[in-house]
This record gives sequence, C-alpha cells and structure tokens, in this order.
Amino acid sequence: MTAVTLSKITKQFGDVTAVKELDITIKEGEFFTFLGPSGCGKTTTLRMIAGFYYPSAGKVKFNDRDMTTVSPEKRNTGMVFQNYALFPHMTVFENVAFGLKVRKVNKAEVKRRVEDVLEKVRLKPFIDRQVSQLSGGQQQRVALARALVIEPDILLLDEPLSNLDARLRDEMRNEILRLQREYGITTIYVTHDQVEALTMSDRIAVFNVGNCQQIGTPTEIYNQPVNDFVAEFIGETNLFKVKKTGEGLFCEALNLRVHTSRENSMKNESIKMSVRPEAITLSKTKLEGVNVLVGKVDLVQFTGESVHSFIKVNEGHTTLKVTDLNRGPSTYLQEGSDIYVQLPPDQVRIVPVAKE
Amino acid sequence: MLNAEKRKTILLLIPIILVLVGYVLYPTVETFIESFKSNGLFTLQNYVDFFGPKAQANLEALWNSVYISLLSVLLSACIGVPLAFIFTRYHFPGRSFFSGIAIMPIVLPSLVGVMAFMWLYGEAGLIPVALQDLLNLEEVPFSIGGVTGILLVHAYTMYPYFYMTVSSALNNVDPSLEESAANLGSGRFGVFWKVTFPLLTPALVAASLLVFMVSMASFSAPFLLAGGYRVLSLQIYFSKINGDLEMAATQSVILSAVSITFLLFMRWFQNRKDYRMGSKGIGAHRSEVTNPVLKWMMVSLGVVAMIVLLLPHAVLAILSFVPEGAWTWQKYPTSFNLENYRLLFEDPNIWDPVRNSLIMAFVACVGCFVFGIITSYALVKRKFFGKNLLDILVMLPWALPATVVGMNLILAFNSKSIFSFGQVLVGTFWILPLAYFIRFIPLVVRSTNAVLEQMDDSIEEAAQNLGARWLYTFRRVVLPIIMPGVLSGTLLAFVQAVGEFPTSVLLYTLDNRPISIEIMNQLRMFNLGQAAAYGMIQVGLIAIVMLISYKFFGVKSENTL
Repeated sequence: MTAVTLSKITKQFGDVTAVKELDITIKEGEFFTFLGPSGCGKTTTLRMIAGFYYPSAGKVKFNDRDMTTVSPEKRNTGMVFQNYALFPHMTVFENVAFGLKVRKVNKAEVKRRVEDVLEKVRLKPFIDRQVSQLSGGQQQRVALARALVIEPDILLLDEPLSNLDARLRDEMRNEILRLQREYGITTIYVTHDQVEALTMSDRIAVFNVGNCQQIGTPTEIYNQPVNDFVAEFIGETNLFKVKKTGEGLFCEALNLRVHTSRENSMKNESIKMSVRPEAITLSKTKLEGVNVLVGKVDLVQFTGESVHSFIKVNEGHTTLKVTDLNRGPSTYLQEGSDIYVQLPPDQVRIVPVAKE
Repeated sequence: MLNAEKRKTILLLIPIILVLVGYVLYPTVETFIESFKSNGLFTLQNYVDFFGPKAQANLEALWNSVYISLLSVLLSACIGVPLAFIFTRYHFPGRSFFSGIAIMPIVLPSLVGVMAFMWLYGEAGLIPVALQDLLNLEEVPFSIGGVTGILLVHAYTMYPYFYMTVSSALNNVDPSLEESAANLGSGRFGVFWKVTFPLLTPALVAASLLVFMVSMASFSAPFLLAGGYRVLSLQIYFSKINGDLEMAATQSVILSAVSITFLLFMRWFQNRKDYRMGSKGIGAHRSEVTNPVLKWMMVSLGVVAMIVLLLPHAVLAILSFVPEGAWTWQKYPTSFNLENYRLLFEDPNIWDPVRNSLIMAFVACVGCFVFGIITSYALVKRKFFGKNLLDILVMLPWALPATVVGMNLILAFNSKSIFSFGQVLVGTFWILPLAYFIRFIPLVVRSTNAVLEQMDDSIEEAAQNLGARWLYTFRRVVLPIIMPGVLSGTLLAFVQAVGEFPTSVLLYTLDNRPISIEIMNQLRMFNLGQAAAYGMIQVGLIAIVMLISYKFFGVKSENTL
C-alpha cells in the first residue's frame, strides 16, 4: 500500500508552464481522479508520477521514498495508456507476462499469475489470441491485466475509456472499480469526463491550466464548488454574475435581488451565483416567496431519462436551464407558454470567479 | 534533467556521427577541396576550365545532361500519368493484372535493362532485323542509339516513378471532393482542372524532380548507348580514366550542385504544398467501362503494352540460353542450351563475379542494417540539437549521383586517413562494400523511419513502465515491431547493391570484380548469352526479394522504391 505525495511540483516545457506548484497527497488504497479539460496538465502530472517526465521543481514521494528522478522502470507503477499501448507482435499471454518476465519470475509462476489475472478480467479464453484480434473493450482489459499482474504499488490510468463507445464505457467503469477494490491498489485516474470522475472516485482533483482548483469527494466537488470554473466544469449549472449592494446581492442578468441561505464570506471580489438545473422549481401557477421569476418556455428538450426546459426570463434577455426527470408526456411544458420559476435560496451558491 | 536519457542519446549519436562524418562528409569535402587544386596549388583554374572556352566538352556535357533529363521527365510523365489515371479510375477486365505488369521495369537493374534494349532495338537488334527481313528492306528500318536510345531507356525505366506517385495520390483524393465540385455545378472538365489536377500537383512535382535527378545521375544508359554524345556523369568517368582527378572532382562538384539544388527544392516544395487530409475510409472510385468496343480496345491496348513492357525481360531470358559464338555475326541466335548456366556453376572464372557481388552486397547490407536501425531510431525517437543537420547528412548519399559517390571515395581513400585506419582503401577489396554501404544508407534509413514513425511512443513507455530497461525494451519490443520494414528495405538495398554499376566501374579491382563489371567484359567479348545469364541472376534475385517483402512483410511492391 502506497501513498503518493506531490509537493510543489512544477513542469515547464520551454516557455510553457504545464503544471504549476502543485500540492496533492493521495492516500493509500484511494481511487483518486485528476479531472480537467484537455491541456490542463493532468496527464503531465500523471507522467511525472510514472517517471516519464521529471518535474522542473518540486518533489514526488511514494510513501517516504523520494522518487522525483527515479527512472520509470524502477518505480513499480502499472500504467494503462489511452491507446492501450499493447505490444502488437505479442499474444495476450505474452503481453501480460512481459512485466513478470522482466522481473525474472519463474515460468510456472508466470503462467499461474497471468492465468489468474486474465480470469479476473474475464479474458481467460482469449489467452493465445493476437492482440489485434481483440475488440476495443477486450484490448482495454488486456492493458489493465498487464498493469495489474506485476502487483504495482500504484495503478495509473490515463483516460483509459476515451476510445470506447458509450455502452462499453459504462461496463468498463464498473469493471475497473471492481478490480481496484479487489486489489486495493492506490489508483490515479486521469479523465476529462466528469461522469467517470463522479461515479468512480474516492476523491477528485479538478485541474485548470496547470493549477489544481479543488480537491474533494465527488459530492463536495459537485455541491460545494469553490469557484465558478469548478461549478461550470462539473455538471450543468446556471451561472450569473452578482453584485454586492447595500441591501444584499443583486443579479443583473436576472434582474433579481438574490437570496441565499448559505453562508458567504466572500469579500469584495468578483462573484457569481450558481444554481444547478435540477434544483430549480417550475410552476404553472403563481409562486410565493423569494427568488421568484416569471418567464416563457423557450425550448423543451427530451433526452430520455430527463427533460430539459429552457426558460427565457428577464424579458427574454436571459435563458435558464431547468432539468426534471421524465414523468410522462402530460408533465412536459408547452413551448411558448408562461411559467413561474423559483430558485430555492438553499440551492443558490455564491462562488468567486477563478483567477486566470 | 533527464540525464540518463541524454546520456543514452549521446551514446547512440557517437557512432552515427563518426560513420557519417568519416564516410559521407569527409569524402565529399575531399572532392570539394580537390576541385580547387591544380598542380598542388589552390586555384579556381578548374572551374575556369570547366566553364571557359578551353574545354567546350564539359559545358556541352552539362547542357546535354540537363536537356536529356528534361526530356526524360516529359516522356516519363506522358506514359506514367495516363496509365495511373486509367488504372485507378476505370474498371475493365484484367485491370489489376495489367497494373501489376506496369511496374515491371523496376525489376530490371539499369545496366541489364540497357543491355536488353540494345539487343532488342539496337543496330543489330532483333526487332529491326526481323522487320527488315519481313518487309524485304535494304537496311534496318530503325535502330536506337545516342540520344534517342538514352531517352527511350529512361522513359522505360523511369515512368514507374510517375505511375506510382500519381496512382497513390489519386487513390488518396477523396472522391467526395470531386463529387462535391460536380454537385456545385462544375462540368467534368472543370472538375479535373479545378479540383483533381491541383490536388495532384505535389505528386507531379515530386515525380518530376525525382526523374530529373535520376536522369542527371544516370550512368549505364549513356555508358552503353551514348556513342560520341557527352553527358556529365560520363565525363567524370572519362576524366578519372584519363588520370585528371582534379577535373573529375570539379565535374563532380558541379553535378552534385545541380542534384542537391533540386533535392532542396523538392523538400521545400513538399513542405509548402501538402494537401493531405485526414479523411478516413476513402472508397474506391472507379467507373466501369461499359461500352464493349471501348472495353475491348482498352484490354487489347493493355495486352500490347504488356508485350512491349515485358519484351526486355523475355529477350533477356531467351538470350541467356544462347551459348558463346551462336549470336555474333549471325542475324538471329542459332542455338539454345543451358551452357551458360552450366558454366556459371562450374567455371570459377564465371562464378567468381557472382560470388564477389553477393559477398560485397551482403557485407554492405549488414552495415546498412545495423547503421540504419540505430540512425533511424535516433532520428525518429530521440530529441537532440542539430537533428535536421543529421537528417540532411543521412540523405546526402541519395542526392549525390553514384558516379560522384565513387569519385568521393577515390579522392578520400587513395591516401591514408584515420577513417580508413591508416590504410589506402582504393585498390583493396573493402572499397566496394564501403561504396555500396554509403550508397544504400538512405534507402534503409528511410524504410526504417517509415515503420518507426508508425510505432506510437507509448509502446516503449509501456514496456518501461512494466520495469524493462532501455536495452531490453529495444530488443524485445522495438526491434520485433520494426523488423519487417527494416528487412524489406535492407533486402531491396541488397539486390540493388548486387547490380550496382557506376561505383563499381570506378572502384573495382580484378579480384573483387562484381557482376556488372563482368557483364561489360562479356559484352566486349560478344559473349551475349553469358551476359544475359548474369542479368537473369539479378532479375531472379529481385523477383525473390519482392516476393518475400510482399508475402512475409506485407509490403506492396509499389512501395518498395
């Protein structure tokens, strides 16, 4: 069991700073996710943990061992690459056995462990296939087996699901999670897909342009984003600028004095309000209370499990997105009809604007 | 940072740079210096002589070379481009068979091809003589020789360059581009000139420059056919034979200057105009020829073209069965038997050149194989300062005409130097394998580059991540993956080295005379059958290599050049 500590690591490529003074501690046995848009430095960070890059400054530690400039082959990490990087000239068995052969494990032991791990990823019948004869999902599982069989201290997964189609992605998500729990390996998972991050992780680090914006459990990240970038990147949200005035908060876009029951200790910096689409209340009859708006239904979008309604408020200047579960055709709103909207004060969150 | 990585890169680069500096750069520089020497003094006299009135022959040879090269480009284009269009755009019976035949000229080594052409169409050639007999003419109706001969041989051997580049460009043109032009209201003619043709220009320019360079460097065709006609590559040889090394050096510098200028222009142009797009799954786009008259016209045209294309191969095969003395003054060969092949395996004098060629080509290719892998790996997978410079140095032997490579080696190694370990290499066995090695470095490096570029970096990283050290990764992962590409490149280099003529004629000694030199000897002795048998050995080797490349390495014959 290994904990990973990154202290003040910085990585520069020429003039470009890919990662800037990053501090993260990943606990033993944790499923930890780096989440962020492309080019945010998450893969660079992962590669520094794997040893393919050495940080320009800062330290990488596995438990108490300083690994900052240890070469990749001596780190005992198991990495699954985005394109799987299976050896095309080898069979499934040879691919999985590669790491064991390098470690000079004896033949019988190699055979036993390879068969064992292939059993776990449910690929035992394919043991003698060439990897080119496998489907995407199967190749993915070979890559996973190859990384797991060496019993790595840390499992590193670099966007492993991005090349699979949607249904297979769901399946593999559960598969990876199951294996991670079974082996209890500290796992670092890189993705730009927030659904993957939210469903799989123990904790998530949200990245943007080389900085870590927030570290927290999925519920913390979703429900208590620390700034507008996190609020917008994770899930859908309605985000509007607000201003502090004498009698409280005022939102110009909605032309509304905003009430929020949440504590906000923000000083005089630029702030925004965030309301999740599923938290907004809609009603055909007049609503009482604070944060009530009148609008017109602009567009109703049916996605299957849920229904998105886009409501024009503030005389058509601003559109609010509202999501509701699909409860049958009778509950769908009529496009063009008038509607009352309420932003429940306990669901309105005030966040600072992230510094660029 | 990355100290271990940097150390590995430097360790890789040291042998590469040593070899390139010692055997490519140093000989080239030697020639350059020699061209400014006259009777031991530094002077511009040689260049004055070259361009001045004193030696009209040189300037004339330069113009002739350029003139022949331009016409060769034109002729090859006139044959290759329409063929490419017909085979990629129309479907008719036997299409794929004919398109396979269309690249047959590359199976003939240049010297052997020229020889076959002489026997077919030369003054005493079989076709003119046969026509004369058939039509009861006083004299032969036509014969090739001089400029027309050279041009004909060039057109025959070089049109595949146009055919192959244009075919592959046409196959890469997304049919939806033409369809959308038509959809927007453009007529067939408009579609061609406004869409298809501009998309083909990079391929056309590349092929033109390639043919131009190859014709400038062409040696075998003028050597056998020129008569009194002067071309620059041949002038170098004559200067060397006459012992005027300084003038030979000057001529080499000028010929190289022309070639390298074109090479640089080609690179510049290729970088500037790249229309390749990432459209996936481009479908075949052939129209079926439905009109029966047109269809059978095309098929019969194909058959005629096939006969013309394969005549040289056929005549070579037939004449290889003609024993000594059976076709000297006679109009037609008078007897056929296996004598030549029997001698080949029984008479050491006849067999020796074959053995020499095989041994020397093998030695050279082992060198190319090892050096090619290391160099290509460094160029593709490693980052270092001056990579472009190294790349140019590696490709230099490709841009230099073979005659110049030969001259460079003479001038560099006719005295002792550290790169030859204090030995005089000229006049020894080792000079020819060295020449072959240098000549075919670019070919092997390029074919290796192609497979290495295909291999994703993450494959190596995965092996490293699983605990494999660099050497283990290289041996067990990288090498097996790239081996097919490297081997097919090396095999191709091998067969070309077996048939190599221009450097051989400059550097051979009696003890290590290769096949090509012995072919010339046999020709001189009018023992045409034996020469043809030598030619057949080379053709057989090439055929085997192409078959192996195709069967085992999945390399298409079109891609081997």
